[in-house]
Amino acid sequence: MLELLQQKLQSLFKNLRGYGKLSEENISGAIREIRLALLASDVHIQVVKEICEEVKQKALGTKVLESIRPGDQFIKIFHDELIEYLAADKTGLCSSRPLKILLCGLNGSGKTTTAAKLALWCKKNRERVGLVAADLTRPAAIEQLSKLASLVGITVYAPKESERLDDFLIRVDSQSVQDRLSVIIYDTAGRLDLDEELLEELRHLHELVCPQEVLIVIDSATGQKGVDVVRAFKEKIPLTGLILSKFDGDARGGAAFSVKKVTGVPILFMGTGEKIESLEVFRPERLVDRLFGFGDIVSLVEKV
Amino acid sequence: IDWEALLIESDMGINLSQKLYALLDKEGLLGKAELAERRIKNELLHILQNHKAPLPVGKPGVILLVGVNGGGKTTTAAKLAYRFKAEGKKVFFAACDTFRAAATEQLKIWAEKLDVPMVSGKEGADAASVAFRAFVQASEAQADYLIVDTAGRQANKKNLMMELGKLKRTLEKVSAQTPLFILLVVDGTSGSNILVQAKEFNEALGLSGMIMTKLDSSSKGGMVAAVKYELGIPTYFIGRGENLESLEEFNPEGFVEEFFS
Ligand SMILES: Nc1nc2c(ncn2[C@@H]2O[C@H](COP(=O)(O)OP(=O)(O)OP(=O)(O)O)[C@@H](O)[C@H]2O)c(=O)[nH]1
Ligand SMILES: Nc1nc2c(ncn2[C@@H]2O[C@H](COP(=O)(O)OP(=O)(O)OP(=O)(O)O)[C@@H](O)[C@H]2O)c(=O)[nH]1
Ligand SMILES: [Mg+2]
Ligand SMILES: [Mg+2]
Repeated sequence: MLELLQQKLQSLFKNLRGYGKLSEENISGAIREIRLALLASDVHIQVVKEICEEVKQKALGTKVLESIRPGDQFIKIFHDELIEYLAADKTGLCSSRPLKILLCGLNGSGKTTTAAKLALWCKKNRERVGLVAADLTRPAAIEQLSKLASLVGITVYAPKESERLDDFLIRVDSQSVQDRLSVIIYDTAGRLDLDEELLEELRHLHELVCPQEVLIVIDSATGQKGVDVVRAFKEKIPLTGLILSKFDGDARGGAAFSVKKVTGVPILFMGTGEKIESLEVFRPERLVDRLFGFGDIVSLVEKV
Repeated sequence: IDWEALLIESDMGINLSQKLYALLDKEGLLGKAELAERRIKNELLHILQNHKAPLPVGKPGVILLVGVNGGGKTTTAAKLAYRFKAEGKKVFFAACDTFRAAATEQLKIWAEKLDVPMVSGKEGADAASVAFRAFVQASEAQADYLIVDTAGRQANKKNLMMELGKLKRTLEKVSAQTPLFILLVVDGTSGSNILVQAKEFNEALGLSGMIMTKLDSSSKGGMVAAVKYELGIPTYFIGRGENLESLEEFNPEGFVEEFFS
């Protein structure tokens, strides 16, 4: 894919070297190619439109460097702009203790696995961590979390037989104080963006728990509706961050990019495998490179 | 109407979107909302309507569910069993996800609810050997269908894809006379990557068709059309909820109507 984009841009810019400045005329073809690449990466179409317009304004009048291929130079301008969009004030987790983290998201996005990954992450940072099984819907959700918790080597708090969710959460509150936990991570049931009832249930759960961190887990393969999804959740509860799961696959992650650009919810971590160790701090370059479908061109441009 | 945006936003992918857009442009329909809509519907119907092979019959007919992580394979296995049972068929489960935490327990809960016998293995057991045992038992019990649930995997992981190939060959060997039906389960909230998934799973296994889940979301599931258009792979069912009843046979007319709703 990159090779394709790169080749196309090189041939478009073939005659540009020594031309002076980038003009409307000589970049329109290049913008078109990049536009297609971003759409193929599932960046939301309105976001693509905005970006292309903004970058065009930036690129116009830029002096063509002699030392690198104009195609690369153009990609670099785009690249830097996309990185800029992903910049966030917030990077790590909230520092107050005890810290409550609530995970939410669509069905199957990776919440339960990510809960265990985060728990391990915090444990490595010498926190006393507990996992709370607040998904009472999915078959074997509690067993899944319990197994993962035992891999992490921490306690899982699960509701007793026929215990109501509200009572359970109140019990967890006092139990976690007794157990002197410094980080408490809540796994919740998956729900889709149109399910008003389940979203309302999430609002209620959030109210009971009062977490400092509310993280939405988004699958890297999410399509055009990613922004709507996050909006639907955000209308109910204040999201404080996003975790991009399954980044080890070959999906491009365009939805997460769009979400950050449109809603401002910062991307904090990425999931890079099924194992509980596979969690990494989010790095904008990795996502942006993926959006273009490449890896090394930027460092190549950087050297110049 | 911004037709291009409408098509792209439905997750139809750029190739098909551009094709349809070019069609409207060529025929001068871009400014004519109603005509354009009808033109797109017709074109989509043309793409979607095509011969679908019937589900396998045999003692048992094997349905192998594959796909990336979290797409809905296990839930869909349960929904399919529910459907077959309603038709009076005898169903068996093979719990071949021996990898993910509590995957077997998850299917087990469905199996008990549905009263469907299930063959499973220990955590970490060889998936192919579970499938083999399941086939033998289902065959002895004269079951109509054996539904095989597998572990989710990203298509770019070579070794995991090879493991699926092995599972397939084992089933082919033991079921010599009956055809194997391999269905890719994809998440309806996903975008263009579905096309990549379909391509890669198809190359590795040869897909019979696709099932798209989670269409009870706001997503339009345009990839159903893209996958048919680019790879010729038909969609058999769509999922619209977490419960057993919410599996519908894919219907091109209904799909196309919903596109504009
Ligand atoms: N390859 C890969 N798989 C992942 C990653 N994160 C989660 N998964 C897998 O995705 C699937 C779904 O993960 P879960 O943690 O069960 O997802 P969930 O959001 O809790 O699902 P529900 O509770 O049913 O909504 C499982 O097969 C996980 O192993 C990741 O970063 N990479
Ligand atoms: N709303 C809705 N949820 C669905 C649908 N199909 C599956 N799910 C949910 O999606 C989540 C993942 O489903 P699973 O059946 O566990 O997916 P899987 O492909 O077996 O996952 P792995 O085995 O981990 O790869 C669960 O929460 C299911 O309840 C659907 O059509 N609609
Ligand atoms: Mg879960
Ligand atoms: Mg499963």
